[in-house]
Amino acid sequence: MKQSGAAGRLATLRLLVQRFAFLSLIVASVALMILGKADIVLIERTRALVADAIAPILDAMARPAATIAQVTENFHELANLRTENARLKEENAKLMHWQTVARRLEAENTVLHDQLNYIPDPDPAFVTARVIGDMGSAFGQSMLLGAGAKDGVRKGQAVLTGEALAGHVAEVGARSSRLLLITDINARTPVMLEATRTRAILTGDNSQRPRLNYITGSPTISVGDRVVTAASGGAFPPGIPVGVVSSVTDGIIRVEPFVQRHRLEFVSIVDFGLGGILPFERPPPPERRRRGKEE
Amino acid sequence: MKPSVWVKMDTWVRHLVPFGITVFLLLLTAIPTHIPGFSGIAPMLPLMGVYYWAIYRPDLLPAWLAFVIGLLYDIVAGTPLGVNALVLLLVQGTAASQRKFFLGKSFAVTWWAFSLLTAGAIGMAWLLLSFIKGRPLDIAPVAFEYLMTLALFPLLTWTLARTQLAFLRDV
Repeated sequence: MKQSGAAGRLATLRLLVQRFAFLSLIVASVALMILGKADIVLIERTRALVADAIAPILDAMARPAATIAQVTENFHELANLRTENARLKEENAKLMHWQTVARRLEAENTVLHDQLNYIPDPDPAFVTARVIGDMGSAFGQSMLLGAGAKDGVRKGQAVLTGEALAGHVAEVGARSSRLLLITDINARTPVMLEATRTRAILTGDNSQRPRLNYITGSPTISVGDRVVTAASGGAFPPGIPVGVVSSVTDGIIRVEPFVQRHRLEFVSIVDFGLGGILPFERPPPPERRRRGKEE
Repeated sequence: MKPSVWVKMDTWVRHLVPFGITVFLLLLTAIPTHIPGFSGIAPMLPLMGVYYWAIYRPDLLPAWLAFVIGLLYDIVAGTPLGVNALVLLLVQGTAASQRKFFLGKSFAVTWWAFSLLTAGAIGMAWLLLSFIKGRPLDIAPVAFEYLMTLALFPLLTWTLARTQLAFLRDV
């Protein structure tokens, strides 16, 4: 009888300990959320470290998936060969016309550059990285890339796919980094309308089509207008294609980005030598002067 | 008779299977699928793993391991640290405390309970993230993600049950 009483007490104690552990884990996760909100460097480093550790596994898993995607894409292309050919012929005719126009403009541009002693933009350095992780979650639009600080990736650098802007680098580890797409709820991209040079901010909201906000002046914006990056804030060089205006309803302007998330396999991380979209390093704390040296 | 070192080690490795499988599900979710429209509504496979093992082998995937998986989830998905940790922890806690109700019940009941629990879990993640970001997130992709998760539940449960039979029948 006595023994069972002791066992019972032990069981109660165990249950209490379990409850306590559970509660402390809940408290720990809430504390982590608050700490994360405060942008603690330690949390960022930890994230980068763990991401680095998983990166090789994700990389290995991403490769066969990419191969399968390529094979299905091939079948799809074979099936649509005829229509695709017709479309391309039509497009080619149009492009030939544009080529003539572009040649003429290029010649004119060279002459004007020479007359004005224009200093051309320096060619940017870039690295190409593979997309190794895409959680596909409804709660954020970001991807893990298989290149990090070792390869010269820095926080805030622009990420391009072909010629279009995909997003910017938000976290950097030694071997991996996180690409925050322009559609993410945290993304703010300074842009302008290509034709009118009207400045605005492209605000992501986790949907496929981000919104245009803070438009300067009151221009007429219509569906089909091209949106490119603006130089405001020294984040990106001006003129990188972003997307086209897809809808204007009740003052809400949405942009269809050129970047197609499912097609991202390799991206270029470009160093334009500009500050990038984020303030990367906090300014160093003011040096404390010793009292004796103050004079 | 005392079990030999090899037997002990075998048991130990087998006991790692639930955690390993759930982490594998997490990494599986992170593979870029290159399917148009799929990203943004990918099912929450780790949630199913945590739910399944909380019911059938809560000793092998206790609350703290669910917490660890949640942290990994946050890091891979890029969500603020702690959000998925809290969600998976609560899913594990709820499922494990109600497991007596599930044992011996039909699959439909498990599915139904999973639909309720997942609605709570995804709703909570939505609420937490909206709170952290300071504005409500878009509901539509969250709803699709929920439906995708529900739709994949039977397939995953079958796979997990097979795994359990293969590795953990008598350990």
